Amino acid sequence: MNWPRTLRVFFMRGSRARDVAEELRIHLQMATEERVARGEAPDEAAANARREFGNVGHVSEATHEAAGAIWFERLVQDARFGIRMLRRTPGFSFVAILCLALGIGANAALYGWMEGILLRPYPGVANQERLVAVAGTDKGSTQPAELSWLDFMDLDRGSTLFDSFIVSKIVGTTLTSGDRAERAVGLMVSPNYFDALGVRPVLGRGFTPDEATGMNGHPVTVISYKEWKERFRGDPAIIGRKQIYNSVPHVIVGVAPEGFLGTFVGYAMQFWVPSSMQAAFNAEGYKLDDRGARWIEGFARLKPGVTIERAQAELSAVAKRLEVDHPDVDRGRGVVLFPLWKSPFDNAQNLLPTLRVGFGVVLFVLFIACANVANLLLVRSFARRHEMTVRLSLGAARGRLIRQLMTEAVILALCATAGGLLVAYWCRNALVLLFPSQGGVSYSFNGAFDWRVVALSATVGLVSTLLFAVVPALQASDIDLAGALKSNSRSATGNRSRLRSLLVLVQVALSFVLLVGATLVLQSLKRMRDADPGFSADSVVTTAVGLFAAGYDTTRAKPFDDQFLQRVRSIAGVEGAALARSTPFSTRPYDEGPIAVDGFDVGTDERPTASYNEVTPGYFATMGIRLLDGRDFTVSDDEASQPVAIVGEAMVATYWRGTNPIGKRIQVNGRWRQIVGVAKDIKFGSLLETTRPLFYVPLRQKFSTQVALFVRTPHGPSALMPALVREIHALDANLAPYEVITLREQLDRSTAAQRVAVTLLTVFGALAVLLAAIGLYGVMAYAVSQSRREIGLRMALGAAPMHVLRLILTSGLSLTMIGIGLGAAAALGSTRLLGYMLYRVSPLDPVAFGAALVIMLIAALIACVSPAWRAARTDPVGALRE
Amino acid sequence: MPTDYSLIQGTLDALILKTLMWGPRHGYAIARWIKDASGDALDIEDRALYLALHRLEDQGWVEAEWGVTDAKRRAKFYRLTTAGRRQLRSEVDRLASYTEALFKVLNATTSQTSGERA
Repeated sequence: MNWPRTLRVFFMRGSRARDVAEELRIHLQMATEERVARGEAPDEAAANARREFGNVGHVSEATHEAAGAIWFERLVQDARFGIRMLRRTPGFSFVAILCLALGIGANAALYGWMEGILLRPYPGVANQERLVAVAGTDKGSTQPAELSWLDFMDLDRGSTLFDSFIVSKIVGTTLTSGDRAERAVGLMVSPNYFDALGVRPVLGRGFTPDEATGMNGHPVTVISYKEWKERFRGDPAIIGRKQIYNSVPHVIVGVAPEGFLGTFVGYAMQFWVPSSMQAAFNAEGYKLDDRGARWIEGFARLKPGVTIERAQAELSAVAKRLEVDHPDVDRGRGVVLFPLWKSPFDNAQNLLPTLRVGFGVVLFVLFIACANVANLLLVRSFARRHEMTVRLSLGAARGRLIRQLMTEAVILALCATAGGLLVAYWCRNALVLLFPSQGGVSYSFNGAFDWRVVALSATVGLVSTLLFAVVPALQASDIDLAGALKSNSRSATGNRSRLRSLLVLVQVALSFVLLVGATLVLQSLKRMRDADPGFSADSVVTTAVGLFAAGYDTTRAKPFDDQFLQRVRSIAGVEGAALARSTPFSTRPYDEGPIAVDGFDVGTDERPTASYNEVTPGYFATMGIRLLDGRDFTVSDDEASQPVAIVGEAMVATYWRGTNPIGKRIQVNGRWRQIVGVAKDIKFGSLLETTRPLFYVPLRQKFSTQVALFVRTPHGPSALMPALVREIHALDANLAPYEVITLREQLDRSTAAQRVAVTLLTVFGALAVLLAAIGLYGVMAYAVSQSRREIGLRMALGAAPMHVLRLILTSGLSLTMIGIGLGAAAALGSTRLLGYMLYRVSPLDPVAFGAALVIMLIAALIACVSPAWRAARTDPVGALRE
Repeated sequence: MPTDYSLIQGTLDALILKTLMWGPRHGYAIARWIKDASGDALDIEDRALYLALHRLEDQGWVEAEWGVTDAKRRAKFYRLTTAGRRQLRSEVDRLASYTEALFKVLNATTSQTSGERA
């Protein structure tokens, strides 16, 4: 095609049309004049000339077409034709669109999740691309830490590249309804929170600067839209009413806009309180005056155009100054910025590896689907060879035919994209179904479904479909006219069937990789379930009573705890009961503190830390944690007696080099304790972690009103529940337990990310195998139909049907085996990417590869059986006569 | 009324190219010339003529330019290009061998051919 000319004509379409019209007008004028000269009447002459000419309009149109200028009209024409062709073969169209829709839908759903969970996780917040998470660091530790209020404020004051620093710390409280206590989640925020995020309360106001500090001086709250609608039934006079959190009445000053869920991936926030109320939500007291008390999680908003690197450099400099100014607490502490998708504070981190793997998986599925469609198009193009031949010989240009075929592919892709987006829209909130709710608080993982997701998915869908469709289109239009007309020759199909086999190879290989991935993750999950966390997960039930939330102080809580434990232990079937500050595998991390050990020297800047748990006597027996040496805590290890501790094996190995530590001393938070026992190590943060240093102190010696109850019982939580409620009510009718669950349940919840990975990989792996099997079936069925004569000949020459059956099966399975070989090579190189989703399973696990091989072969066998059967039943006479 | 010969596909292009061999002409003149030269036997439909002309122009075998006729009238003139001249020669060859073959068959005097059964 003459592009410059086409483009020129396209842009001068109007003048070209005028040009043609002028030419034709002149022609008619000349013809009329000649007729008049011959003696016709002028009117008659004009009419005759016009009639003789034919349809004037038609010429101008055709002329446009030749120049390629009315491409749009032709597009409509092509589209109409394409739709007609697709409707003529509804089976083909349905399968093709379904395959593509699933592939595109999987992509769109994943993009939606990535957008909604990682990239723009906070609906209703303006300019999220400029938000970064701010965390503290400790020398020698890779774990991001929290920040103290005073340090946070100094970061704000000492920097210039930021619009604002925003405190956003998740807090919980108990809202009692009936005889069940309900947990509610909220955020403790700096007063600039709503303004800095660009969120405007629909009723009332946000917080004012004076509400930042002053211990419990400003009991005000902004509630979520959902709370307002549901708990308060949309009361228009809600502002000024009071809501009790942790026994402190808070005045409701505002209602957040609908759809604003706060700034914490994983939960939809129910309320917000200003930072001055910190002590009301934390039993450890007021921390805003204490530079050493680190509790703040927060964000900073970068000024437009500032990169995170520049911002980091500036903050690091500020942190350096803080180290110098406050060496007693800030030495060795730094600040680190994270983009939102890497924020260490919320649940985005849990899903990041899964979504990353998912991203690769959905691309695989899409390619497999596209390969299928390309295969279907190839078969179809052969079926339409006659149509193509006729159209070519009638003078249609090859380009025109290719365009026609591509138009059909575009229509397929458009239908499939629409279908895929619909699938994705339905699935956008499906991720949360894999996460059980916790104590009345539901997880919230919402996929976004904005224009970015739609645009990206549509682009990926269309581009990949067209890439795969262009080969069949080129093939279809590449017809040797003479050959095609001369005979119904089959020689031309060799090339095409090679191409189709290649597509099947790719499909098998890709599905094999997915299968291996799925089996690996499945094995990991099973191993996780079987893994020993170091305590008896199945026979221990846990719950909590929110004493702090109910307004108990230490003096009231201590006798309550004693009586409560006594009553629980007397419940029939209870084998042991204890209280502890921390619950293994819960979302709240164990307390952690700086330690010092007699005889263990550290560098001046280093300060070793260890996690610890505050427990009552009987904790180890209840939990089933073995004491390896020494004794358990007793009731006489109280406030008045010598401070003691029980250490885990990992600590013994690190700090006493394996020698017996009993009788030695350990300093915790500046207080020396004598070691009285050694406990077996347990996992308490995640099953994936290596054992971390952990020790125990008596609850009485470091008291907390926020503790959990652990009960050893052979009966499940539901059997325990009524007795438990009875005993609690006997002590205080206003109290109620949180949800009662086994530690197994608690453990399972911590593997949610793995379960999501398993579900995704299994679903997509199955989908991939199904698609690959369809592709293989198509190729085999087609090959059989093409070689009917050959098969007939063989049978006429004495080949038994069984022999033919075996022949076809062998050729199908050898195709599969080559694909599996390719897939295995790819899998060997890529399963390492599953990284820490694998638990005690090698990325090269032979069992996983073997299982994938078996599944793939079975699928291939099923796909080949029917074509092979048909081949075996070929009637030799009929086949040869054709 | 002249006898109506439906033009055999593909010959119109050759006729037009031939017409332009002696110099540029406008559409109406081309139609007149073919009609006259064929002794009124070939009366080309005007519409088909223009379609063909625009097609030939796209192929690069003719070039169009506005000009003025002897009667001082504005008209679009078509001129044969070098490629068009080449195309005309090959078209003539093709048609010649085609008609030769055609007439061999039509003028055959015997029903015998080498491959036929006795």
